[in-house]
Amino acid sequence: MRNMLAIVERELRGYFISPIAYVVLTMFVFLSGIFFRAILSQVMAMEMVNSMRSQQFGGGAPVALDMPGMISRGFLSTMSVILLFMIPMITMGLFSEEKKRGTIELLLTAPITDAQVVLGKFFAAASFFVILLLSTWVPMSVLYIYGDPASGPILTGYLGLLLYGFALLAIGLFISTLTENQIVAAVLSFGTIMVLWLVDVLANTAQSGTREVLTYLSILSHLDDFMKGILSTSHVIFYLSLILVGLFMTYRSIDSLRWRG
Amino acid sequence: MITVENLTKRYPNKTAIDGVSFNVEKGEILGFLGPNGAGKTTTMRIITGYMPATNGTVRVDNFDVFESPLDVRRRIGYLPENPPLYPDMETAGYLRFVAKIKGVPKSSLDDEVARVMEKVNITDVKDRIIAKLSKGYKQRVGIAQALLNDPPVLILDEPTIGLDPKQIHEIRGLIKELAGSHTVVLSTHILPEVEQTCHRVIIIERGKIIAVDTPQNLRFQLKGVERVSMEIAGPAAEIVSKLKAMPGVLDVRAVDETDGRCRFQIEGELKRDIRSDLARAVVESGWGLLELQSETMSLEDIFLKLTTAEG
Repeated sequence: MRNMLAIVERELRGYFISPIAYVVLTMFVFLSGIFFRAILSQVMAMEMVNSMRSQQFGGGAPVALDMPGMISRGFLSTMSVILLFMIPMITMGLFSEEKKRGTIELLLTAPITDAQVVLGKFFAAASFFVILLLSTWVPMSVLYIYGDPASGPILTGYLGLLLYGFALLAIGLFISTLTENQIVAAVLSFGTIMVLWLVDVLANTAQSGTREVLTYLSILSHLDDFMKGILSTSHVIFYLSLILVGLFMTYRSIDSLRWRG
Repeated sequence: MITVENLTKRYPNKTAIDGVSFNVEKGEILGFLGPNGAGKTTTMRIITGYMPATNGTVRVDNFDVFESPLDVRRRIGYLPENPPLYPDMETAGYLRFVAKIKGVPKSSLDDEVARVMEKVNITDVKDRIIAKLSKGYKQRVGIAQALLNDPPVLILDEPTIGLDPKQIHEIRGLIKELAGSHTVVLSTHILPEVEQTCHRVIIIERGKIIAVDTPQNLRFQLKGVERVSMEIAGPAAEIVSKLKAMPGVLDVRAVDETDGRCRFQIEGELKRDIRSDLARAVVESGWGLLELQSETMSLEDIFLKLTTAEG
């Protein structure tokens, strides 16, 4: 346990020694800010149209829109897309750099199991991802100060993003074992994530049987319910199994790395 | 302490090591000598459990590397061919990390890191970023890492590479000091290193062990191959064929020919003095014997001879 924590600590420290952490954090905060503002003005414009319409056509009070809810939902969904671009940068160096520097030889001959190494790396990336998500406290607190959003959907939305992020991290972790080059790992992870994202589009044109399979595989479609405030076991299981598959493939890949030498 | 039996490592298109067996006694320093690509690194990687063997077994302190890898790894300090350093870390921070994954208890972490830094003389760079260190310092940080947690077995792949002569001297001193209480396996292609530090040498070539002995015995054993150098005035081709036909002569080579005079290198059978026969043969054939001398082989020659056999 303690040797695994040593790996987590080293890796997290590594993020903040290199510029990667700062670049990713800055970009994320910047983009999330811009999108928050865009969504805010969009929802306000909708509200305006809505109230004008009810005034024109008379009748009782205007139909109230759940403005904070719409904003938080729109914001969290946008986050899921931005994260798509950020996650390959978090995972690209995890194993590829170890291979390039030769430090993988240290990790694989130290008195620790391969599973501890894999989990240590994963927890480090996951911790950094949590830091990334926590940075959205600024727009979120704006929402709470000036509005009164329902906390339920926001909490499930964050839980969904966490699971979604961890699943993508596990995939990225696996891909970083395949190459010695960080850039190659990043591009491959990005491509893989894109495919998992776009199977949704493919599903629309597919036959009914394949359509269901493809829709099920789409990483984004499972987020919708979380955003609506619905906590469904099947979606949680989808992400958890993706995490497990990613971690297991990483573990196997490290093992085959030993055989290939 | 280390028992290697019939170790084989095959890749799809290459056999890296082929049926290697040897023993290393407790407290011994064993040197692995061989040209690059001979299988030294592969053998060491299998002993440390970095990679599995295709065939054969390795036991360290009676633990099988494949069956109980963690027990073996706990007993080994390993310096790979390229020191496994994180360039963005500080020396002391790096060593603390390695100490932690090796399971050094928290209470003695600082003392242990200080101890190994003292041993390899790098305390002065403890706060420096590893990327900024010179090659010699990096190499010594790599050695320090292997010494952490004081493992009974040390596997050092080319420990003195990249060091200056003074540092080489220090590291050799350190290795000798470790012997007795530690078992050391080191690889090198620098011959004086084996002669000065190792109790026993294994010469490995193309994945096979071709000699195992003490440096002294190896030299003695091969000195038995009588090597004679002669300078003769006469027709070179004829001389070679004549001398080759003589009893006790194994090999004759013309090395350097200048206007009718030629230098020959002759190798004779073990422990048989062929010098007088050679001299007589030359004189009787009417050639001019200009020089004749017996050569002893240095370990370097032995190494070259053994590793270029049938080449």
